[in-house]
Order: sequence, then C-alpha cells, then structure tokens
Amino acid sequence: MFGWSGTILRINLTTGTIKKEPINLNDAKLFIGARGLGTKIMADEVDPKVDPFSPENKLIFAPGPFSGTFAPSGGRYDVVTKGPLTGAIAASNSGGSFGPELKYAGYDLVIFEGAAAKPVYLWIKDDLVELRDASHIWGKTVPETTDLLRAETDEEAKVACIGPAGEKRVLFAAIMNDLHRAAGRSGVGAVMGSKNLKAIVVVGTGPVQVADPKGFLAAVEKARAAVKLNPIGGAGLKAYGTDVLVNILNESGALPTRNYQDGYFPTANKVGGETLAEKLLVRPKGCYSCVISCGRVTKVSNPKYIGEGEGPEYEAAWGMGPDCGIDDLEAIVKTNFLCNEYGLDSITMGATIACAMDLFEAGHVTLKDTGGRDMSFGNVDALVELTRMTANREGIGDKLALGSYRFAESFGHPEFSMTVKKQEMPAYDPRAIQGIGLEYATSNRGGCHVRGYTIAVEILGNGVKLDPHVITDKPHWVKLFQDLTAAVDSSGACIFGTFGMSGDDFAAMLTALTGVPYSLADYLQAGERVWNLERMFNLKAGLTSADDNLPERLLKCPIKTGPSKGAVSRLGEMLPEYYQLRGWDKEGVPTPEKLKELALV
Amino acid sequence: MTKVLMIHPDKCTGCRNCSLACVFGHEGQFRPTGTRVHVYTWEREGFSVPMMCQQCDDASCMKVCPTGAMHRAKGGDVVLYERSKCIGCRMCTMACPFGNAVYDGATGSILKCDTCDGSPECVKVCPNSALEYVDDNISTRTRKKSFAAKFKSAFEEV
Repeated sequence: MFGWSGTILRINLTTGTIKKEPINLNDAKLFIGARGLGTKIMADEVDPKVDPFSPENKLIFAPGPFSGTFAPSGGRYDVVTKGPLTGAIAASNSGGSFGPELKYAGYDLVIFEGAAAKPVYLWIKDDLVELRDASHIWGKTVPETTDLLRAETDEEAKVACIGPAGEKRVLFAAIMNDLHRAAGRSGVGAVMGSKNLKAIVVVGTGPVQVADPKGFLAAVEKARAAVKLNPIGGAGLKAYGTDVLVNILNESGALPTRNYQDGYFPTANKVGGETLAEKLLVRPKGCYSCVISCGRVTKVSNPKYIGEGEGPEYEAAWGMGPDCGIDDLEAIVKTNFLCNEYGLDSITMGATIACAMDLFEAGHVTLKDTGGRDMSFGNVDALVELTRMTANREGIGDKLALGSYRFAESFGHPEFSMTVKKQEMPAYDPRAIQGIGLEYATSNRGGCHVRGYTIAVEILGNGVKLDPHVITDKPHWVKLFQDLTAAVDSSGACIFGTFGMSGDDFAAMLTALTGVPYSLADYLQAGERVWNLERMFNLKAGLTSADDNLPERLLKCPIKTGPSKGAVSRLGEMLPEYYQLRGWDKEGVPTPEKLKELALV
Repeated sequence: MTKVLMIHPDKCTGCRNCSLACVFGHEGQFRPTGTRVHVYTWEREGFSVPMMCQQCDDASCMKVCPTGAMHRAKGGDVVLYERSKCIGCRMCTMACPFGNAVYDGATGSILKCDTCDGSPECVKVCPNSALEYVDDNISTRTRKKSFAAKFKSAFEEV
C-alpha cells in the first residue's frame, strides 16, 4: 500500500487484547487519514452522547499519509476522541517525530478502547506490541516519563505521554510527544488519563511507500520552493516564531487584553517574538520533515524562572501575557515550560487564569476563595503558581482545572468566560477581525484558531489581503479555510505549509504518494466531508446552533482603546450566510442533500 | 579538487529532511533504517547533529574489508561499496570510529554515504544550510567566516 500503512492497531485496555486490522481503503480515500479517518472511526463506533471519561469513549492516535515522508512539514499526527472540555469531537494534532514513527512501525491508526485497571503504557516495536505496567511512572512529569520509558525500551524511542495534569483529569490536559510538542486542545490528555494510559512508546523501522516516486518528488520540490519564497513560511516564522504575531495583532488593534476587556496592549512588544529572539531564544527547531522551523528552543537563566525547553507559541504567550495583563516574558516562558512538563494546554491555561483574574477584580472571586492570594491582572507570581496548582489540582487550582467556563459558572458568572463550546478562544480579537469570530463560533472543537485560520488573509495578506473589519464574503472565506484545513490536517501536514503551498500542491503530493487521484476539488471536498462528519457527531452529542456563538462581551462591549476602538463582532449577520454556503438548514443541520453529496449517508 | 560534505550542527533544526532525501534517493521509499544520514537530537537542549560518512583519506572501513568491497575508484575520493563483493562480515561497521558504516538487515548490505555520485540529495534538501558540499580547501570557510562575523560585530560595538 502507498502512503497509508494499511493497518489499524486496536487495543482494548479493559481486557488487554491487542488486534491488528486492515484499514478500509474506501474510507481512507474519502477521509484521507489522521483527523479525518480518526473521526470516521469515532462516528462509526462511538455513541456521540458518551461521557468522555467513560471506557466507552475511544482514544485514537492517527498519523496521516504524508507522515513519515518528506512532504514539506508533513510529519504530524492527530489524537481523536470526544473532548471532556467541550463535549464535542476533539482532534488535536501535534508535530515532532512521533507520528512518522508510528507509520514506520506500520500503523495508520492506534485505537484505544475501554480503560485499564491500573496504569499501563503501550510499547510498540514494529510488529511487537505489548501493554506494560506503568505504576512506577504514574505521577511523573513529561520529561521524567520520557527518560524513564526510553531507559526501559530504546534510547531513541519516540514517546507520547501525559503528565500529572492528564492523570488528574484536568479538563484541558494535553498529550505531549518529543518532550515539547503537544496535542494540546480539548482535553485529550485527560481522556488518556481516564483510561489509565500513561504513554505510547514506539520504534518503527519499516517503510512508507510511494506510488509514483518521480511524481511525488516533483510535487514536493514545487511545494518546497513555494514555501521558501513565501515571506512568512520561508523566513519570518524561522526568525521570530509564531510569537512574531504579538506586535502584528497589537498594531491591528486585535490583541485581546485582560480577558478581552480590550483589544490593545501598550507594552505588547515586551512579549513579542522579536524580544523573545533577542533575549531568550537559543535556536529555531523543526518538526519532522519541516521546511519552516518555527519551533523555539528557549532558556531562562534568571533563577526565579530558571528552565529550558521550547516555546512559547504566540497563542500561549498571549494567554499568559496580554490576556492576563502581563508583560514579563521570562515568567511567560517559564509558565509555558510548566505547561509542557505537566502536560497542559497552554492556551486554555493562560486564558483560564485571565478569566479568574477578571472575576477577582470584579469581586466575584474573593481572597477567601483564593486562599489569600492576590489574583489581580498583571500578577506574575499568580500566573506561575496557579499553573502549578492547576496541574496538581491544589487549592483553587482544582477549580481552574475545569477551564474558564466551569470556573466562572461556579462563581455564578459564566459570562466572564471567553469561550466557545466551553473552550477558550485564542489570541485574535473577533471584534477587530470579523472572519475569525465566525470561525471561532462555528469551529467543531470550540474556540480555536487553527480550524480555519482566516488571519492568513485578514491580517497577514497571505496571497490575498482582506479588510479585517468588513463582513462581506467572510462566510465564504471561513468555509474555504475550514475545508482546506480539515484536508491538510487529515493528510498529516502542518497548516503553516499554506504559507506558500496551495491546495493544488497538497492534492498533487497526495495523488503521487497514494496513487489515488485527488483533484483540488476532490481534496477540498474531502475536507468538507470531514467538517460535516464532525458537525454531525457534535449535533448527535447534543450541541445545537445556539452553541455557534461568541461570548456576549464580544458582541456588545466595544474594544476600548487602540486602532480598533469601538469595534464589536457582527457574528449574527454572518452566521445565516455561512449555514447557507455550507448547505445546512437554518438550525445549522446539514441537509440530506448535502450529506448525500459528501457520501456521508 | 576534492569535495567534502561539511556539517554545521549549529544551523541544524533537526527536521530530518536530509535523512529522508537520502533514503528516498536510494530506494524511492521512506525507510528510516535505509538512510545513510542520521540525525541525533538532544531534545532538552534542542540540539541536533547530522552524521554521515566523511570519506576518510585513511579509511579504516577499507583497511579491514577482506574482500575489497569497500574501495576507492582509481583517482577517486569517495569510499565506494561494492555489494557483489561483500560477504556481510560487518568488519567495516566495527572499524568506522564514527559509526557511519551501518549494516542494514532489511537489504543485507552496508549503508554508507556515496555522495549520490557527487550530487548529494541531503545537501540539496536541507532547508537550513546545515549541510554543504564544498571544495575541501574552503570547507571551513562558512564556519570561520560566521565566527569572524561575531568578532566583527563585537569590535564594531567598541
């Protein structure tokens, strides 16, 4: 088989049985792999109403066809499950080298069912697959876990694991691989913890085969050249990382500040990518087969925040920085290290602390609730300590571990939570960038920018430059970005490749790799298919069009200062057109005709 | 003039495109154990080093090879491997002090860099210029010059 390995590994943690099955080639063609194929398995095998922490929920690790090849920045995998933070389908993708290693071991999907009675990890060495006791590793951080598991398997093994946060079911716990890379969002790490599964350790030595080697090489060379020529993909991201966006968004008046009270932060530059590069960057780092190298190897030598690791990404720096009214970059980098070590989603962590600070300043959370700790905006010590306390579920951290929505709700003020479908929106203000607000509202995994990154055209002018403040045509762009991204994710590729590569490039590479012909239209339709399948899962789970919404603050409270002063989100004007373009009825339900067109019935 | 494959670990971001291009160029597939270029990454420090045969002048792999499978073409610079002469004794893998001659169980042969006949795929594909294929008399120029640039900026500041 070409591109795909052809094999599913199915592990029942309750019974300890391990089975190998062939993949369904027709499904593979239709849903490509990774996010798409994982979601197809969830839709076929799991009741969408399932409690995310029940053994009936499944946890799927899925690289894509590109993973393991040198398709530019194509080495990713997805973790697909029902997310405990959102109650929606979760597909969190991660780079590093874990996904390719699964492919080399021979697997397109690793499906975990049930729950183990005691902590276990899965050891895969090509055909050899065994569940092993993990009692001695339970409680360990991500770096400790990685070291210990390599010591008892293979020193070059690739490890994906949870930290203490996942074990303790922090609702936004991440699954970490290669120490610093995260399948971060929606709480996939908490599902892993609920199954008593500490880690997957893999060594793979087999090939990923190519249907048309000459054609693949030609398509890859073309795609690679396109990224190299792009100012963002070819230079900007390597020089400054994603954190370069701090100043860009601030200058657009779209940098959410103090839990979205404002959209402008006067001292933003102190936490931007340029400052990071100047002060704390050791060197850039690339994931497997990456041609961009946006990763940041960073080090803090200030004894108060001493540490080394990777990051932060822009969205993490924003959440722990401007969103908390904080401009201390060393504290932010340290907090990001802690998120990686404990296994926490760094976006939701920062944004949840921001929400708590907002509630504290409003008097809804008092010193009595915080154990005497001041939690005002700008309090750097609170940021670092609350992150530790959340991971360990100590004191008020036990409630922060539920994410901002449940935290704010427990104090009687859910309106302070800047979430969609209970997941925190990242670092782009929908009042100042209209398209991204529609994207947040309709994202199948709740508040998230990487389901349809319209920032590329609304702010960065990647190929086209749109006015971020207008709503005209935005539903069209949001749909296009969502569909393309679903296809890119499902291929195992990084969406940063779209800083240079076109849909045609992805389709050409996938065709030559797999031998299955994908035109651009086929490729986009595969993405649309995945999108609608996710939508159907969510509707069956109980979500409705009422959940395609933004917090009232963004719809009614204008940005107070900066270049976008006075702006609010005009979501309500865009949503009906979006539903119509999607072929959904007024309630946001895909019509039978649409489902038929997409081969989903 | 002799050319050498120069490694600049300080520029390497650990992406493995070199390893992938190597095995794809030789086999038309992506088999991690089939590559002649290996990259090792220290994840904590984020430091990566690509490793491949340096075509030693005084090559121990050739010296220990009992059949002449490891050899140089007359007047050539590259240490070549002749599969048909190899008896699979693996002496070369033990003799190479760098571990750059590797026995591949899947093909029953020795894997070592052959410079892709003077046009190394790994160099072409590296997005970070961490690998160079350059004349040996200027092989350290890039490194020396980049360090000299640090002197330059330091002295300019004074």
